[in-house]
Amino acid sequence: MIRVSVQRATFDMAAETLALEAAGVGAVATFTGIVRGDDGVTAIELEHYPGMTEASLRDICDTAQARWNLSGCTILHRVGRMKLGEPIVLVVTASPHRAAALEACAFLIDRLKTDAPFWKKEYRGDGVNWVEQKTGDVARADRWDA
Amino acid sequence: MKLVYFARVREALGRDDEEMEFPASVLTVGDAIDWLAAQSPRHAEAFADRSKLRFALDQRMAKPDAAIAGAAEFAIFPPVTGG
Repeated sequence: MIRVSVQRATFDMAAETLALEAAGVGAVATFTGIVRGDDGVTAIELEHYPGMTEASLRDICDTAQARWNLSGCTILHRVGRMKLGEPIVLVVTASPHRAAALEACAFLIDRLKTDAPFWKKEYRGDGVNWVEQKTGDVARADRWDA
Repeated sequence: MKLVYFARVREALGRDDEEMEFPASVLTVGDAIDWLAAQSPRHAEAFADRSKLRFALDQRMAKPDAAIAGAAEFAIFPPVTGG
């Protein structure tokens, strides 16, 4: 079961987790990304490439399902403006066993960061700037190919 | 061909998209960027740092050496920063 969504509204983490637990699996892993207050950041704004974004999230889930024994895979990503402390992205994986759920969850968020067409702006008291892609994020995503 | 722009590239060009007919000599994504950069000072500035550009042809990621023939939509944007 694959579920991807790009949405402005926040998400109900408990409901998303329960939906995958309902399949009667042995393990569910989740990752939530949250707006961080680095260097006075007060809000962020995300834009994306409608159509390509959803397709790329589905591709990432397909790749994870081919690699690990998953009974469910959910990626929800918000777009628009979000304030400090608000959730940005939710990844949920379900599997008979914990190793597959945990590894696939890490794979999905690592790949999302380098493959899915989202762009993030940071707002501070006196200005706004586009976030640069971090080489560490690229290295983390690449290590799954090793 | 429809060109679509996102994030910093969109802001640098002051537009979301535009229609462009490339000459026959433009075969690849990289050729297209070279040709576009010569169209106006604004294009030249937006495409000045090639290391900060990524591309998609018909909504699939594409490398600079990818052939553009047959594509209907060509997207140009900075490296992605979601999550």
